[in-house]
Amino acid sequence: MRIRNAFAAALVALVALSGLGATVVAKIRVVATTPDLASIAREIGGEAVEVVALAKPTEDPHFVDAKPSHIVTLNRADVLIEGGAELELGWLPPLLESSRNTRIAAGAPGRVVASQGVQMLEIPAAFDRSKGDVHSQGNPHFLLDPPNARTFAISLADQFSKVDPASAALYTANATKFSAALDAKYAEWQRKLEPFRGAKIVTYHKDFVYLAARFNLEVVAELEPKPGIAPSPAHIARVIQTMRATSARVILVQPYQNRKTAATVARQAGAVVLDMPQQPGARPDTKTWLAMMDHLVTTLANALGEPR
Amino acid sequence: MKAIVVATSVVTCLVVAQPTAAQQAQPSGPRPGTYMNVGFTALTDAGWSTSKNLASILQGDHDPKVRGFTIPNTELTLDGAVDPYFRGIANFIFKLDENGETGVELEEAYVVTTALRGNLQLKAGQYFADFGRQNTMHPHAWSFVDQPVVLSRMFGPEGLRSQGVRLSWLLPTPWYTETMVSVVNSTNGTTFSFRSEESAVIHGGVPVERGVNEVGDMLVVPRIATSFDPSPTQTLLLGASAALGPNNSGPDERTAIYGVDGYWKWKSASAQQGFPFVSLQGEFLTRRYDAAVRPSIDDTTVTLAAGPINDRGGYAQLLWGIKPRVVAGLRTDIATGDVPALVTEFRGDRLRVSPNLTWYPSEFSKIRVQYNYDDRKSLGKDHSLWVQLEFLLGAHAAHKF
Repeated sequence: MRIRNAFAAALVALVALSGLGATVVAKIRVVATTPDLASIAREIGGEAVEVVALAKPTEDPHFVDAKPSHIVTLNRADVLIEGGAELELGWLPPLLESSRNTRIAAGAPGRVVASQGVQMLEIPAAFDRSKGDVHSQGNPHFLLDPPNARTFAISLADQFSKVDPASAALYTANATKFSAALDAKYAEWQRKLEPFRGAKIVTYHKDFVYLAARFNLEVVAELEPKPGIAPSPAHIARVIQTMRATSARVILVQPYQNRKTAATVARQAGAVVLDMPQQPGARPDTKTWLAMMDHLVTTLANALGEPR
Repeated sequence: MKAIVVATSVVTCLVVAQPTAAQQAQPSGPRPGTYMNVGFTALTDAGWSTSKNLASILQGDHDPKVRGFTIPNTELTLDGAVDPYFRGIANFIFKLDENGETGVELEEAYVVTTALRGNLQLKAGQYFADFGRQNTMHPHAWSFVDQPVVLSRMFGPEGLRSQGVRLSWLLPTPWYTETMVSVVNSTNGTTFSFRSEESAVIHGGVPVERGVNEVGDMLVVPRIATSFDPSPTQTLLLGASAALGPNNSGPDERTAIYGVDGYWKWKSASAQQGFPFVSLQGEFLTRRYDAAVRPSIDDTTVTLAAGPINDRGGYAQLLWGIKPRVVAGLRTDIATGDVPALVTEFRGDRLRVSPNLTWYPSEFSKIRVQYNYDDRKSLGKDHSLWVQLEFLLGAHAAHKF
């Protein structure tokens, strides 16, 4: 019995080693447009991949510069992960054309569109730019909804396996592991936010709609009068009125949004401004997507739980 | 030469499909339900200048050459994937001239390969030649109302563009380095310094009819560009270009234009809608135009002596994206030509200083105010004030860096 166990252990070790050897030789080069996609890609790819993000965690992901260093990064990529839904429309197409990399061309196994398979919110019935810069395929900030992140993680494991069949087992195992960690955290987040069901919140841009829908919060106003349109004094006055009338107590802002405007509104409406970065790495304590979500939920729950 | 003829005759065939009801997420590209992007931009200008002959101080075809109102450029752009091997782009210009007459032109129509091996890419059709930085940019992407003086002098009113092919190679260096060469026709109005009918403006003589008899009669435009990021918030892009080809001052004469260009940009790590940022862009060009012994176009009994006509000039422009959607700019143009070679208003010493302020109500519109202080040393000083309004319909062309 003992000998047989030892033999089995040796066999497992050998298989593991040979697997390891293969991954050391050639890591799959993964490029993600934004750090949230990159973080989940690291969870799924583990040791078999090396991941870089094009957008900085602190910058507006709609307006990344199509700088030449990104062309080089994309030229050497085995996999490109984009959010889709027109988030990267202003900067990714010229980079892709210059990168001349067929591995990541639309439709290739190396091209991953994270929003595929996700239930998109706010898909406009008609395209009309008088309503601001509305994305025709729906609101692109979908990764703040934990089930969407799970959907993406599982489909990413499939996609990685197509590109790198040798590590398919690793990707599947990592997806299972990540889903379990996510589900555990998701239950905790639901518990934390359940007492605030129906709470009124205000955001700068229409970028927290998925979080609000999932955790039963109500976005009563945005500081932007329309997506992508700068706040005007008249609109700000209306927001303050709405906040007072609905007792909205928090304004959610991302690192790149105008905090001064948010602070002014908060002061006049008796609310607080919450730093809510949607990209991992924007704060030192939110290096991964899970840590970032943890931070968002905890910050929100703490602020909503503050006695008046 | 046969290969070039075949390649340039490639027709970019782009078809619009019926929209489908399915709302499936798509990779970055045309909207679902279409096979191509359709975009339209219009530049409408208004202003005043102390100069009565605006065409002599604003030589660009899309510059505002009217006291009062004008529409010097609107463009309809179609682009999309042709098939798995080509991307196609077509660009049509509709514009009003100084007299309010509508002009139509096919500005660009070309394909770019998408699946060539060895980091190579082929472009074929009619396109703006890759010389320097601004020449390939369309007017709606310019940071100023008018085109730099030196580009008007070297490339004429419509920039350097022609029909031909370009081969480009992305080098396997750790940082971005791309080298390319275009071989294009050297004739017509958009090859100003070469076999253009308008070349009398440069050499003062009667242009000679020159045919295409050998490869040397084509216009060759090589370029190398390199870029790196000195820090995570800064990017530097440097390039060197040349344009070499025959001119029609005589049967064997040639023109050589050389240029260097640089672009540096800083953008805040927490940029909102791309702001704040600071950028500096500059180009310097020099031209040697070898002229033959030729009869003067003004008086054919007068013979002009042979010899090189040398010109050079450059511009530098500083942009400051102060806060979301507000940009302040300052551009300085200098241009000069060797004396005692032929003296015309297109060759004299000139200094132009242009401060401007641009406000973008959204990504799809902009309002710009620009003042030009123009000192043409031998002709006097002029002051001009312009207001420009741009609007965009349909697909927003993504901007290259």
